[in-house]
Amino acid sequence: MNIYAIRAIYLFEMARTWRTLLQSIVSPVISTSLYFVVFGAAIGSHMNGIDGVSYGAFIVPGLIMLSLLTQSISNASFGIYFPKFVGTIYEILSAPVSPLEIVAGYVGAAASKSIILGLIILATARLFVSFQIEHPLWMLAFLLLTALTFSLFGFIIGIWADNFEKLQLVPLLIVTPLTFLGGSFYSIHMLPPFWQKVTLVNPVVYLISGFRWSFYGVADVSVGVSVGMTLVFLASCLAAVWWIFRSGYRLKA
Amino acid sequence: MCVPPIIAVQRLSKTYASGFKALNDINLEIRQGEIFALLGPNGAGKTTLISIICGIVNPGEGTVLADGHDVVRDYRAARSKIGLVPQELTTDAFETVWNTVSFSRGLFGRSANPAYIEKVLKDLSLWNKKDSKLMTLSGGMKRRVMIAKALSHEPQILFLDEPTAGVDVELRRDMWAMVRALRDTGVTIILTTHYIDEAEEMADRIGVINKGELILVEEKAELMNKLGRRQLTLQLQSPLESVPASLSGYALELSADGSQLVYTFDAQGEHTGIDVLLRRLAEAGIDFKDLRTSQSSLEDIFVNLVRERA
Repeated sequence: MNIYAIRAIYLFEMARTWRTLLQSIVSPVISTSLYFVVFGAAIGSHMNGIDGVSYGAFIVPGLIMLSLLTQSISNASFGIYFPKFVGTIYEILSAPVSPLEIVAGYVGAAASKSIILGLIILATARLFVSFQIEHPLWMLAFLLLTALTFSLFGFIIGIWADNFEKLQLVPLLIVTPLTFLGGSFYSIHMLPPFWQKVTLVNPVVYLISGFRWSFYGVADVSVGVSVGMTLVFLASCLAAVWWIFRSGYRLKA
Repeated sequence: MCVPPIIAVQRLSKTYASGFKALNDINLEIRQGEIFALLGPNGAGKTTLISIICGIVNPGEGTVLADGHDVVRDYRAARSKIGLVPQELTTDAFETVWNTVSFSRGLFGRSANPAYIEKVLKDLSLWNKKDSKLMTLSGGMKRRVMIAKALSHEPQILFLDEPTAGVDVELRRDMWAMVRALRDTGVTIILTTHYIDEAEEMADRIGVINKGELILVEEKAELMNKLGRRQLTLQLQSPLESVPASLSGYALELSADGSQLVYTFDAQGEHTGIDVLLRRLAEAGIDFKDLRTSQSSLEDIFVNLVRERA
């Protein structure tokens, strides 16, 4: 195992975060805070609670998940796309590094950034609304699993993308809508029965439901199913990454 | 005792997905500690060959060993021996010189060694730029940084793909000196270049690749002896209208204005025939005021080789 290489890639990627602190941390925190101000404090104060939880507190897990998903994808996809774009990928490809070590470096850094951001948003939310975390270890486990899975997904997008437009395509056109429609701001039980069934196709529903359960002990779907679906998505991403390195897809001619 | 080659390429072929055959049955051995220059026109396959050895391009058929390690099956051991300076100036614009060179060392599995990095940067006249961001450096400085990155993990084999493309004359001379100094420390250097004079100046051996085929590998001196033509040019006292019939047995050419007589001879031959020719000229009453010999350059040889195979 080339630990030095994993460390080098990881620290290199993390250094980019500190260099671009406004974009990496401050910007998502501000936009999430605005959600709390508008939906949590302003609108939420006039709404009834959901499943016994005040609306402001109810949206906390969903908003954290929204940032976690988008930032995991964005960090990981940019992390691997940029060396491809500027040509420095030659160094990664010519180094004595296994695919697993490359992924560990890039995805590890992207997931770390997202988790740090998620925890910052969690702390920020506390300034606006009061909430409790019933299952803190499960909360951290969901945070970790989601960050890891979607960072892997972002890594795949970064390999697939051959221009900046494609890099933004999946996060903007697929992931963000799925997150908004995945129960970030509502319980899926509030939907008509037909749409409740349809929405179960959305994988983000399981992430948000499981994550919200770790906070308040209430969930739209059972926690076991949430964990299972997340693991299925993680396994799918791992399989895709394995195939990418095996075939050299968009990395090696 | 026979020293095994540091790089051994056997029956290597590569066809890209587009159907373009970049390499065709390449066999090549690079000796430890030599400077090997790979010459070839654009698209000849130089970069593909280097890229396969370094792991950037998947090989098609054949095998490549680096210091005895298969570059595919035993890629960790093979790649840890190799440093690569690619043709393009690809750098992380926002990184500092120190950070990017240290990053390369870590990537190649070496523990941090600030003293060594300092030495490399000083050797390449980069020490006073160590905290500068790469985007603030000139093209020549960026080229040095890329060399520093390639040397950061103390490789035994260094690939330089067009190392002096686009750099000024002074820097080019510096690079040549640096490459020689590296060779003196035991590093094997393989360089591709468009500048024939660069190969002529630096290489111990030369390989010529054209259309994906290695058409020649030779010691530089041997190559120039074997394929180089030598000529004797005589500046005549009085112009001639034609070469006298008594000299028709010699490979003589008369310049258009009749003032120069050029004799081409075999540089390797035991007898060049110059002494007899000069006597014949005297007998024919042809006087000359000056004479000089010249040898064709590597560039002439290269152009002739590639043209012959075209």
